Amino acid sequence: MKINLNINGVSKAFLIQENEYLLEVLRRNDYTSVKRGCDNTSCGVCTVLFDGKPIPSCSMLAIRCEGHEITTVEGIEKEAEKLANYFGELGADQCGYCNPSMALTVYSLKKENKHATDEEIKAYLVGNLCRCTGYVAQHQAIKKYLGDES
Amino acid sequence: MIFMEIGKYYAPETLEEAYNLFVESKDNKIIGGGAWVKISLKRVEKLISLDQLKLDYIQENNAYYEIGAMTNLRSVETNENIKLIYSGILNQAISNIMGVQIRNLATIGGSIMGKFAFSDLIGVLLVMDAKLEFYKLGEISIYEFLDLKKIPEDILLNIKIPKRDSKGYFKKVSKTHLDFSIINIAISKGKNFIIAVGSRPGIAQSAINTANYLNSQTNFTEEILDKACDIAIDELTFGSNLRASKEYRELLVRTYIKRGIRQVIK
Repeated sequence: MKINLNINGVSKAFLIQENEYLLEVLRRNDYTSVKRGCDNTSCGVCTVLFDGKPIPSCSMLAIRCEGHEITTVEGIEKEAEKLANYFGELGADQCGYCNPSMALTVYSLKKENKHATDEEIKAYLVGNLCRCTGYVAQHQAIKKYLGDES
Repeated sequence: MIFMEIGKYYAPETLEEAYNLFVESKDNKIIGGGAWVKISLKRVEKLISLDQLKLDYIQENNAYYEIGAMTNLRSVETNENIKLIYSGILNQAISNIMGVQIRNLATIGGSIMGKFAFSDLIGVLLVMDAKLEFYKLGEISIYEFLDLKKIPEDILLNIKIPKRDSKGYFKKVSKTHLDFSIINIAISKGKNFIIAVGSRPGIAQSAINTANYLNSQTNFTEEILDKACDIAIDELTFGSNLRASKEYRELLVRTYIKRGIRQVIK
């Protein structure tokens, strides 16, 4: 069946199966910054913004997304680049697999709570797992990004 | 990749249409947020979405806060009015459920209708004396809902939380933030105590005798609190599973029921 999705501000028609999840549709259509991890909502690497809010695309049926705005990391390029620079500066990166999803979640946090405390940052990021870094450098980078007014 | 087979997907625009589709066959299912459906069902004949039925709202009247069944957990968690009632225990319980992403997807109605044994939400709704409004069944209490042997073949419309001047306490014990509870304890104290313990590992159960005992007391000494814990251990059923033993759960309940009582009588 055919559905219309608005991805990163661009409306496009997609051919989907009724039982396909948004993650599959995005990756099949070359939005490969959206990663597959646990496939059961635990790890967060499949995060996209759904009407501006982070959701696990692995568990959202694509058919339910018609009429909603989907944002991948490409849709927040400038903000993602700022965060990436802080990640680089503080050595918060290793494999990078979780970075696009983390950028989207942190971007959403900044929109909701720009002055988040350390505990609020940790609570907001609890659904984004990173198996490389141990989170300390990431946490420092995120704090710098939240304080960046540019 | 986990895929659920779907015969046909429907997004009806009226409750009657949704209800008729649902009761046609036991193989037809209603989808809330969809995360649990994905990992628990292999095949659904007709998958019925309630997305078009305008059940996503939080509103209030003189007597209740009403939360539409399709309201996502994050919206409930961040609602400023909900934070103010029962010392914010509904907000606290929800904020401990996995990550922000899943809470933006999962709905309060789906979290209730699953009658999940591990649910942190159901114990809190018990101590808030919440009412559930169904399309055909009408309004029933959360107690009556839990007493039903089968999940009703009906559509949950909303959850009503009575406006009461009550204090609340909630504690979830789990091995990691993302894991299910080993045990969860909810207590409210307005005119009377209400106590519920969930993930025992069974679904949340109300400690009625314990509450009755506490309601008959005026001075909450250490001995009274010990006696209340004895009654709770005696009247509630605990078991062992891979997360914790029966004995450990009982020990946790003793500790946190005492702390909770002390907190709500302050």
